[in-house]
Amino acid sequence: MDISTKVPPTPPSSDAEPQRAARGATRIGDRVFLGLSRGSGIFLLVLMAAIAVFLSYRAVLAIGEDEGNFFTTFEWNPTGNPPVFGIAVLAFGTIVSSVIAMAIAVPVAVGIALFITHYAPRKLGGTIAYVVDLLAAVPSIVYGLWGALVLVPQLDGLYGWLNDYLGWTGIFEWQGGAPRSMLTVGILLAIMILPIITNVSREVFRQVPQMHEEAALALGATRWEVIRMAVLPFGRSGVISASMLGLGRALGETMAVAMVLSSSFEINLSLLDPGGGTFAQNIASKFSEATEIGRDALIASGLVLFVITLLVNGAARLIIARRKEFSGANA
Amino acid sequence: MAKRIDVSGLNAYYSSFRAIEDISMTVEPRTVTAFIGPSGCGKSTFLRTLNRMHEVTSGGRVEGKVMLDDEDLYGPGVDPVSVRREVGMVFQRPNPFPTMSIYDNVAAGLKLVGTKKKSELDDVVEKSLKGANLWNEVKDRLNKPGSGLSGGQQQRLCIARAIAVEPKVLLMDEPCSALDPISTLAIEDLIGELKERFTIVIVTHNMQQAARVSDRTAFFNLAAVGQPGKLIEIDDTARIFSNPSVQATEDYISGRFG
Repeated sequence: MDISTKVPPTPPSSDAEPQRAARGATRIGDRVFLGLSRGSGIFLLVLMAAIAVFLSYRAVLAIGEDEGNFFTTFEWNPTGNPPVFGIAVLAFGTIVSSVIAMAIAVPVAVGIALFITHYAPRKLGGTIAYVVDLLAAVPSIVYGLWGALVLVPQLDGLYGWLNDYLGWTGIFEWQGGAPRSMLTVGILLAIMILPIITNVSREVFRQVPQMHEEAALALGATRWEVIRMAVLPFGRSGVISASMLGLGRALGETMAVAMVLSSSFEINLSLLDPGGGTFAQNIASKFSEATEIGRDALIASGLVLFVITLLVNGAARLIIARRKEFSGANA
Repeated sequence: MAKRIDVSGLNAYYSSFRAIEDISMTVEPRTVTAFIGPSGCGKSTFLRTLNRMHEVTSGGRVEGKVMLDDEDLYGPGVDPVSVRREVGMVFQRPNPFPTMSIYDNVAAGLKLVGTKKKSELDDVVEKSLKGANLWNEVKDRLNKPGSGLSGGQQQRLCIARAIAVEPKVLLMDEPCSALDPISTLAIEDLIGELKERFTIVIVTHNMQQAARVSDRTAFFNLAAVGQPGKLIEIDDTARIFSNPSVQATEDYISGRFG
């Protein structure tokens, strides 16, 4: 997800300080390593540029043919005459399902990470960490199967409860259809992104310097207060980065969404009603039968997903940078 | 306000290893007591038993009695958290909270006990920073991060943070060992002022420092590596440095070992 890799620093010019004279004898290993690492950095930039160019080129072709408004049309019919397609439904569905997933996964993941690092006895913490690692290794198609076969049939109760108590909000109104809605997708995505957020947060919390925790303890802080004063603020930027990794996965998840969502090209204000779609799910379900222009249209939607991901990452970096001097990095 | 510390028969363990053995001593209120001794003799461990920080280390365990006036710190039902609110601590490496401003660092302890009123916090922050001889240097940048200060200023910030909650006792674990001589001098002057209000216990590796700042000095030693540390003697500082009653103390302070 992280695309803001900097260009490696240029090598110092030869007319710098006198000790540069020693450069004449630069060892072969250093030169090879410099070349390798610089090459890797440049390679990444080239790769990203190539993807962007490819997506943009095909997208421009498709949008040129589109007779509807690409951003506001609630329809996906690139083979029609005239071709009409738009990403409104996909953008809505992608963002809504990811927001639900984040709202569920981030607090739970932070809780698990804190439990492993600060509460659990060492053995138990290790076991839980191992299980979380296992969760990360499950392929998404398996989550999709589990979601469709196990999760969906179990959700009637939850949906009924939400409808009874929160139905008045409109967001949790349920007509009684199969629970293959955005909320179900969000729950499934939350489970899928839980491991990555937990693992990264755990590492960050583990690195909180002992001396900061002792400082809080010595002031008479309870364990929870130590976490609030020393651990969470120190881990803040790491948790944000972890969440962004998770969000990236949620935005782009394909098979699991395709398997549990009963998709359609409409926007439901209620999260409990079936319908809607996401970028990745739409691409996966339409790609194999698409015509030339159909594929270009799908690629255009992929470009939008690409841009959304870039914006989300940029926003996260801004948040982290805004309080940089308080980050603890200079302590 | 300052309280007397009375330790009797204190042993501290790391799991099964006994780090200090059978220590008894009394520390009078409004005095400075220095702990000196070679590395590994248990003086820091002993210091950390006085505010129940020792048991935070995994396997850390304490036997014996520590009385703060007439309250037994290790008595049944005593909450270590409330002990630490009465016995403040300053560490070897300055450790202001890096994510907090100077102001918030000083106010941190007060917020823990529930003080919320801005005017009250303002008063205590100013008073504590003045008490730590730091106010004039930071009053124009209270909202800047504490980690941007110099090492000596950070350590005085930590002292301000510790005294803001009005502890009865202030423990200092080699507070100057990471500082330059000028900053060290500033802290030593400060210790002289603080002892008007607090009972102070300071661990130091610097014997001149012990001689300069303390009223009483305790010498710790260990028989051999792997053996528990013991209190060899405690006496008036002037006497320890001129005419100690134990030969080992004289050998140590005259530089014959350690």
